[in-house]
Amino acid sequence: MGEETYSVDETVDVTDVVCPVTFVKAYSALEEMREGQVLCVRMNGDQTVQDVPGSLKQEGHQILKLFDNNDGTYSLIVRKTGD
Amino acid sequence: MHLSNEQLERYSRQIILKEIGAKGQKRLLTSRVLIIGAGGLGSPAAMYLAAAGVGTIGIADDDVVDLSNLQRQIIHATQDVGRAKVDSARERILAINPEVQVETWPGRVSSGNILDMISGYDFILDGTDNFPSKFLINDACVMAGKAFSHAGIIRFQGQLMTVVPGKSPCYRCIFRDIPPQDAVPSCREAGVIGSMAGVIGSLQAMEAVKYLCGIGELLTGCLLTCDALEMNFRKVELPARGKGCAVCADEPEIRELSGYEQPACGRP
Repeated sequence: MGEETYSVDETVDVTDVVCPVTFVKAYSALEEMREGQVLCVRMNGDQTVQDVPGSLKQEGHQILKLFDNNDGTYSLIVRKTGD
Repeated sequence: MHLSNEQLERYSRQIILKEIGAKGQKRLLTSRVLIIGAGGLGSPAAMYLAAAGVGTIGIADDDVVDLSNLQRQIIHATQDVGRAKVDSARERILAINPEVQVETWPGRVSSGNILDMISGYDFILDGTDNFPSKFLINDACVMAGKAFSHAGIIRFQGQLMTVVPGKSPCYRCIFRDIPPQDAVPSCREAGVIGSMAGVIGSLQAMEAVKYLCGIGELLTGCLLTCDALEMNFRKVELPARGKGCAVCADEPEIRELSGYEQPACGRP
């Protein structure tokens, strides 16, 4: 992770919802995108940061990077796989 | 169209289904379903479709809620006795999901108004309790090219089929014509267990969701029968569409709607 270069196509903020809607919101955002596009998911540093990356990975999407925004939130960079 | 956080939360359990997703949810939200009969079948169907976020639900019924309805018509409650069923149903639908647009049709469905009634809907549910209405709905939907779900229940039995006009056999392909009055079960014979209506009406809602989202295999070309006492479900394969059918053959005999009037039980 972190080696691959990418540019973010879409951003979704899931800090305003709680599980399982965090996942649903990220999942729906990816559904709207084309294969290969990159989504940045801004999420709270609670259970969400544990759950959402794993769930999206399970869906077959590629997790590129997860970084700490140092304000209690994290950004997850994920590439859409499959259409 | 963008799903709000509230919509994502309300519908989350179905949005995360691969077959539905945000795409299917948006389809449901922009879909229009007409339910004819707010009774035993129409009750669970309307409630599940409302909960699922079907954007517009039409409810047609000319009856008022009777105490004897409540054993199976779960969209109505004790305090609704005496109210028009369409009003009671509308209130319950909006309580479940205020996002749904409810269109009420309080008159009796007839050969004179049915084509106008169904014209604005994507899918029709037959939740009526008598043969003339079932033939009328079938013939009108075939003529208008509207997909619909047929269902019937009696005692511990139920049956269900989905008709996509021009593609699958219709109700008249199988049952040919309205049975004579004396062949129809009398009031004494026409008991029904409430949960039978729940099972079959819920399956009608399932067919509607599948049709609207374009997923799965519809119950076309076969009739599902359920005998709840033995707990047997059978899927009976039906002959091909149109052969000798008076309404859905390529050259149909029936080209206009008439002759569906038969006095209903308990009506003058």
